[in-house]
Amino acid sequence: MNKIQGRHFRAEKFDFWSFFFSGLTGLATLLILGILATILINIIANGCQGFSWHFVSTIPKKDFFDIKTTGVLPMIVGTTFRVLVMTIFVIPVGVITAIYLTEYAPSNSFITRIIRAAVNNLAGVPSIVFGLFGLGFFINFIGKNLDVLLHNSSAVWGQPALIWASLTLAVMTVPVVIVATEESLKAIPPGLREASLALGATKLETILKIVLPQALPGIMTGGILAVSRAAGEVAPILFTGVAYYMASLPTHLSDQFMDLGYHVFVLSTQSPNIEQTRPILYATVLVLLVLTFALNIVAIIIRSNIRRKMRSLH
Amino acid sequence: MTEISLPRIAVADAGPKAAPSAPFIEIESLSLFYGASKALKNISVTLGEKVVTAFIGPSGCGKSTLLRCLNRMNDLIDSVRIDGAVKIGGHDIYGPDVDVIELRKRVGMVFQKSNPFPKSIYENVAYGLRLHGVKNKSELAAAVEKSLQQSALWDEVKDRLHSSALGLSGGQQQRLCIARAIAIRPEIILMDEPASALDPLATARIEELILELKKDFTIVIVTHNMQQAARISDFTAFFYIGELIEFDHTAKIFTNPAKKQTEDYVTGRFG
Repeated sequence: MNKIQGRHFRAEKFDFWSFFFSGLTGLATLLILGILATILINIIANGCQGFSWHFVSTIPKKDFFDIKTTGVLPMIVGTTFRVLVMTIFVIPVGVITAIYLTEYAPSNSFITRIIRAAVNNLAGVPSIVFGLFGLGFFINFIGKNLDVLLHNSSAVWGQPALIWASLTLAVMTVPVVIVATEESLKAIPPGLREASLALGATKLETILKIVLPQALPGIMTGGILAVSRAAGEVAPILFTGVAYYMASLPTHLSDQFMDLGYHVFVLSTQSPNIEQTRPILYATVLVLLVLTFALNIVAIIIRSNIRRKMRSLH
Repeated sequence: MTEISLPRIAVADAGPKAAPSAPFIEIESLSLFYGASKALKNISVTLGEKVVTAFIGPSGCGKSTLLRCLNRMNDLIDSVRIDGAVKIGGHDIYGPDVDVIELRKRVGMVFQKSNPFPKSIYENVAYGLRLHGVKNKSELAAAVEKSLQQSALWDEVKDRLHSSALGLSGGQQQRLCIARAIAIRPEIILMDEPASALDPLATARIEELILELKKDFTIVIVTHNMQQAARISDFTAFFYIGELIEFDHTAKIFTNPAKKQTEDYVTGRFG
């Protein structure tokens, strides 16, 4: 009997197609990993040459193409601040929109579907278009009118500035936060909302005390994705705030700023001597990668702290 | 069930309107529509105070829907429309001046699937009290302890009040939900198949608890389990496709129902 069963269950022949497709998926994965490894190894290996404490802590003189005197401190500061200011705007707006869509809006009405489609389309708009939008709306419309209202003799708000670049980035990344928040709100069991309402809580109390605390890690995920996307973007800040060169660090929201991503573009297109600039370029790219990574790590640590607190208790 | 002697049942009115001694919840020609479809058809029944009333019937008969009319949980569904009246203690809870928050404070609910908040055991019970403005710490602690004791959970959790409610077993979680509901001292507790997801032992504990709670609260329970209805309820209402077929003392429903449909259902011939 054993013999019969053994014969019955033994694989009859080599299955070519399943071997082929599992191999194909493996190869595709390897290809991606290979590309990523090549980029990282290339940048780290070449970037280390120009990388030094002096490099990250120096405000460069006008000629920043000389490896001995240049530095990227203003770019680090500029990129960090535009991302942080963006986060301050994008998270509340994105979260409140997501709350409206999941908790208040009639779930399948025409208007809700229009809003959802608009959010998705916003995510698909090319980033240079956001840059132009920022210039037209924030600087020329809001900024200029603000100057008129405040009776400023010269343009204070009606010119490229840190705040406008950050707001433009916030408009660009808000769909990411909305979608991530919506997903985490939808994942909360409806039973929890019912339990709260049945105890005599209002809808607002239920959202603030039960729903939002639960959704916090998901909201953080949205924030992390927004930060990752925004940190390396150059196009949206091109017309709205970034400066080719500034002798001092930005101190005010209406100041312009230097930026790592834009500086990479400047170094690679404006240099009088490409060979001499190359180590600076590599080191700047390395700093950009490390900074993006660091901003993400901070957010991920905060999120895991929240998760741990939720598991072990309030 | 054993408390109710047969002679008393014999004199009870057999119609769907058989009124218990003290009318408390009066449902008057209540119809409910989900969009165009009618889920409850012209239901009139009067439930008594501090007794256990069971709603039984096959799935989709409207018993849970009717239960949710009593604390207006159906308000949350956009397509629901209601005709008729529900009076609790003489007040129409669908009247224009009714505060739904106040109503839900007076009419608590326990759900089929235990749904403790992902907070500590203590915070779960304290949630409703905090909502309704209790801030004093010793007052909160006393109320939490009382509710946990009343729901027969205190001895099991008193040493870990501040650990997560999600670490409790299914039966404990459901008793915690009961503690949470009674913490705000409602007059009525609605239970929507509270033991259907529990094992027999945990079910038995919930049933004991219900018999204990009826000293202080009016209980309306929806159940699929006919033995359960027979064991714990004083009155039973049998529903079938949105209609109230029969309402009477539980003993009468299970031993000598007036309608053939009821008899077929309780004897297991359909449903």
